[in-house]
Amino acid sequence: MSRIKKIFATDTYIIPLIAILLGFLVGAIVMLIGGYDPVAAYSALFKRVFGSPYDFGEAVREMTPLMFTGLAVAFAFRSGMFNIGADGQVMIGMTAASVVGIKLGGVLPAFLLVPLAVIAAGVCGGLWAGIAGYLKAKRGINEVITTIMLNWIALFLSNYIVRTFLLLQGQNRSEDNPASLSMTFLFSTFDNARLHWGTVIALVAATFFYVYLWKTKQGYEMRAVGLNPHAAEYAGMNVGRNVIKAMFISGVFAGLAGAGEVLGVFHYQSVFAASPGYGFDGIAVALLGLTHPLGVILAAILYGTLTYGSAGMSFGADVPPELIRIVIGSIIFFIAAQGIVRWVLKPFYFKRKKEKVL
Amino acid sequence: MEVLGQLLNTTLVFSTALIFAALGGIFSERSGVVNIGLEGLMMFGAFAAAVGGYYAQEAGMGEWAPWVGVLCAMAVGVIGSLIHAVASITFKADQTISGTVINFLAAGSTLYMVKLIFDGSGETPLIDGFSKLSIPGLSKIPVIGEGIFNSYPTTYLAIILVIVIYFVLFKTPFGLRLRAVGEHPSAADTLGVNVNKMRYIGVMLSGLLAGIGGATITLTTTGTFAHNTISGQGFIAIAAMIFGKWNPLGAFGAAVFFGLSQAIRNYVQLFEWSKSIPQEFIFMIPYVLTIIVLVSAVGRSSAPKALGEPYDPGKR
Repeated sequence: MSRIKKIFATDTYIIPLIAILLGFLVGAIVMLIGGYDPVAAYSALFKRVFGSPYDFGEAVREMTPLMFTGLAVAFAFRSGMFNIGADGQVMIGMTAASVVGIKLGGVLPAFLLVPLAVIAAGVCGGLWAGIAGYLKAKRGINEVITTIMLNWIALFLSNYIVRTFLLLQGQNRSEDNPASLSMTFLFSTFDNARLHWGTVIALVAATFFYVYLWKTKQGYEMRAVGLNPHAAEYAGMNVGRNVIKAMFISGVFAGLAGAGEVLGVFHYQSVFAASPGYGFDGIAVALLGLTHPLGVILAAILYGTLTYGSAGMSFGADVPPELIRIVIGSIIFFIAAQGIVRWVLKPFYFKRKKEKVL
Repeated sequence: MEVLGQLLNTTLVFSTALIFAALGGIFSERSGVVNIGLEGLMMFGAFAAAVGGYYAQEAGMGEWAPWVGVLCAMAVGVIGSLIHAVASITFKADQTISGTVINFLAAGSTLYMVKLIFDGSGETPLIDGFSKLSIPGLSKIPVIGEGIFNSYPTTYLAIILVIVIYFVLFKTPFGLRLRAVGEHPSAADTLGVNVNKMRYIGVMLSGLLAGIGGATITLTTTGTFAHNTISGQGFIAIAAMIFGKWNPLGAFGAAVFFGLSQAIRNYVQLFEWSKSIPQEFIFMIPYVLTIIVLVSAVGRSSAPKALGEPYDPGKR
């Protein structure tokens, strides 16, 4: 009980909430300047998400890869690294799940095939991120550069593999993938919205994130390296090994996002024209969620709601959907620059403190 | 020989935007402020150049129109960078995060405004950008003449700026102060340097230069601004800056290297023998080369010491 009280006494929760409100306010002001009706736009946004079971299910589908990539970026962040490469790791994960699912589809029964495809996606995503971790640990090469380069390489490598080994004749997509993560039993409830087990796996991954980082010795080491690598080294921790391990786990999260998309949503893989952008959204989600697993899940829900709803906003109130990026950017801005939020809150804070003294 | 000249020329076209943005990054990071937002600042610049250039062209300014675009890009770049400066310097926000904010706001607001200004279209109208300017005499030199002295005016500007900025950073009191603020802010403060002011200047210069970098892309390569006009160039500029060890000459070299690998990619495809190589592997060349070069040649990177730390005078 005292724990719960402590949570609500600190401003960990108040500041993000105020930041979200301020973000919406900025969005409203931008809409007013552009000559749009913010009330109509925001209500169209939420109506789109919560208006029908189908749209709600699809919004959950949209949130799922954000949870994974948000966790991936947050995990690396906690270990002192900036993983801009979640995008590439997602693509590698997709490709691994496609190769395993399609090539072993006729050979293995579903109860072996699906887990194998998912594991392959996670491991390959992890190894892909591990390259950046290895180069940082052994060669001191900044992970920001390597992950950016690996994003592009992943894009072309995935395209090559799909085009050469998996292509459906005369089309720009692979054959159908026999492995499926779809939650078919829920389809009728949600009017055939593409819900899949990836969402559940994401929640498990978030739990793993929390338990591993805060309840195990290895997680403690990883956080120590993230906070101060020199001190961690002095304390006898192997910084290099922790860097590689942290990047691997980060990549596993991103790779699983790829599995969810390929096996749960599309059931085939296309040749990408450009990088899909999951990783960059993941950066925003991780930052919105204050790099805490629970925060990341909540942030993915918010982010997914806003991006999925933005289509409704443009349909219902004619507002360009890009506006939502301004809202999200502003929210992150206010969370990062907490000084501004504190300044806004100042009058209320003083009041509360006085009450406490009395 | 002719091919070599053309290759050099294309290389410079691809590198110019990267040079500007990387130089901008150097100003910001030398003052101690991480700038992940170069991508967004370039986007602001590319957008402003396309819109400003369009209206200047409509107003009948002819050959001067692209320059108006560049001026707009500089202004909007500086305004964009102020968001980063206020958050990370005044309010001591995490610099990586506020840089990411720039990327988000830029991606959202530029497209929002394009749709607002051009009646819902996701792209600005095509405009005439810069035309190539050959320097009399020098452009007749074999290879180099074709390669260097027959380029866009922005390319000449970029090369001149590399030298000027090198001089400013390492040979003037201003440069010394800027670097001091990035290496050891409290020592600089003791000596009477206004840390926050220097950092504001550093970040604003990064916005200005990245803005020109973005403008270069719309005014020499694409002619319009759309959602994919920048697509990662800002991140590559960051890579060039780190690769060049936060030194203008180094960053120039790195930017040319990236430009070259992009140009090679285009040239390789012209040859018959390249048909047997899957195109994806040719596309990978620049990125794989970068990693290989980093692994084999460049040692540990030497970032400014106080990079990423908000300055807090009470914490000495």
